[in-house]
Amino acid sequence: MSREHEETLIEIQSVDRTYVDTNDNTIEALRGINLSIRRGEFLSIIGPSGCGKTTLLRLIAGLDTPEAGKITLEGREITAPDPQRGYVFQQGSLFPWLTVEKNIAAGLKARGVYQAEKSKPEIEKYISLIGLNGFENAYPHQISGGMAQRVAIARALINRPAALLLDEPMGALDAFTRADLQDKLLELWKQDRTTMILVTHDVDEAVYLSDRIVVMTPRPGKIEEIVQVDLPRPRRRNDADFFRYRSEILEKLHFVSTPPPIEFNI
Amino acid sequence: MSNPFITTPKTEGPVPVADRGRALGGRVSSTKFVSWALFSVIGFALAEAVSLAVPDRQEVNDTAYRLILAGLIALYLGIAVFSFFGESRRIKFIGRAPFRFAMGVVLTVWDLLSTKLDILPLPFFPGPSKITGVFLDEYAFLLSNTYYSLRLFFFGFLSGVILGVGTGILIGWFAKVNYWLFPALKITGVIPAVAWMPFALTIFPTSFIAGVFLIAICAWFPVAFMTAQGMAGTQRVYFEVAKTLGAKQSYLLFHVALPNAIPQIFTGISTANGLAFTTLVVSEMMGAKGGLGYYINWAKTWSSYYKVYAAIIIMAVLFSLILKGIGLIRSRLLVWQRGLVK
Repeated sequence: MSREHEETLIEIQSVDRTYVDTNDNTIEALRGINLSIRRGEFLSIIGPSGCGKTTLLRLIAGLDTPEAGKITLEGREITAPDPQRGYVFQQGSLFPWLTVEKNIAAGLKARGVYQAEKSKPEIEKYISLIGLNGFENAYPHQISGGMAQRVAIARALINRPAALLLDEPMGALDAFTRADLQDKLLELWKQDRTTMILVTHDVDEAVYLSDRIVVMTPRPGKIEEIVQVDLPRPRRRNDADFFRYRSEILEKLHFVSTPPPIEFNI
Repeated sequence: MSNPFITTPKTEGPVPVADRGRALGGRVSSTKFVSWALFSVIGFALAEAVSLAVPDRQEVNDTAYRLILAGLIALYLGIAVFSFFGESRRIKFIGRAPFRFAMGVVLTVWDLLSTKLDILPLPFFPGPSKITGVFLDEYAFLLSNTYYSLRLFFFGFLSGVILGVGTGILIGWFAKVNYWLFPALKITGVIPAVAWMPFALTIFPTSFIAGVFLIAICAWFPVAFMTAQGMAGTQRVYFEVAKTLGAKQSYLLFHVALPNAIPQIFTGISTANGLAFTTLVVSEMMGAKGGLGYYINWAKTWSSYYKVYAAIIIMAVLFSLILKGIGLIRSRLLVWQRGLVK
């Protein structure tokens, strides 16, 4: 492991977050979360729905604030959204009134750094990186879900964030498109070594992509374990070691367990 | 990959733009198209022939009517030539041919019943040549009144739309403005603008400004309402995305909420349009010294009902053109919706 992997980028310290649902029930979305995210690593957060993984990601983004504890990036507390933490939503986050090109440009325009002659080649570069040449002037409804997610990723990356937060960006895609996008994501990650924080409910995806996998359990949402994935890249999905990690995580998620004892007799 | 064998792959590629052309069973041959083209003008040709050949029983000047018929024949033949060079245009043209034919037949029958045979009673049911004759006889007066109407509409409607979008933005964006202004908008907005006419005519120095005021307030309400609604309906994810990209409030307002509201703003503008036409004509009839509404009133006092019809025809054409123009602006601004919403 290289030295830069040892350096902490984001520090999450005893973070709690509760919600009140429509029936006035208090739900503990997160309880006592402690996590250090290293610079340049590919980190996945996995868990069943309701385990607070998206809440955690939103807290890191600054879209939400913790009730207790704090989250810092390079020592500074995160209080509001900032382009240094790019965010990719599950789906449908492209502005429908902008073309592919202009959606990516929105990344620069939103923070007011867009300059026509300087930004154009930059945008073109990202369009090539995501392999969408020829679709510059297409509107979001004219491209497929997989392409739209690539645009969303490029739009966040063009701001050169310290970390890219991905909230199940491939959750709504079919298996083939998903595999394709996973490889694309790895390619982009290898290029810039942007810290990747991926929320997913897909175990294979987590094992395929991550350096470390944070396994979370619900009610209250807390970290069950952090699994270090020591597999060389490119990883093979049908490798024996791959399966080992896969079943390890499934076990942590209580998918694989001994059958429950019979609680009654006839 | 949880289950690569069950999921179906989606090929990545451009989604073809929906083919909206009605399938009329394949290609249209050139000879078939030419006969359709002739069919579409044959009705007008018939009307022209009747007008020229059958002697008049009413005292009219047929020149304008004949010129208009010739113009329509030339227009539709021109469109036919243009449509000849394109398969989808041919199909579209053929779709409209029966209606154009019927228009010609209706004109022929109308001309026969009135000008030629004097069956329809005057002065309430004049023939087409008597009505269109006004266009030639009172050319200058009609034109100046049309200009008055256009000017009044332009200033009134434009200021109403600008005001409407402005207040809509304030109501849709600022919670305090929403709280204090929105109820007032809801109460005053439903009042028909012409109800303010007694005040408008006394408060404002000229009837023109009074007219502008009335048209502006009738356009203001639906535009303001729909603008506010469109902005309030912006999906949260768009705001959140913009924020994570570093957007300030002004970006969220002008580059997220406002573009999101544009479809609704145009819905408001369409509603405002209809109301504005009504208000325009009513206010011209009540107080103005010019305009098509004024012209109708003036013609009525002389029992020249054929002039009333002439003014109505000008209104129909004028208002259709205005609607068409707004439609063009709309489709230009909403090009991103093409193929998304019908």
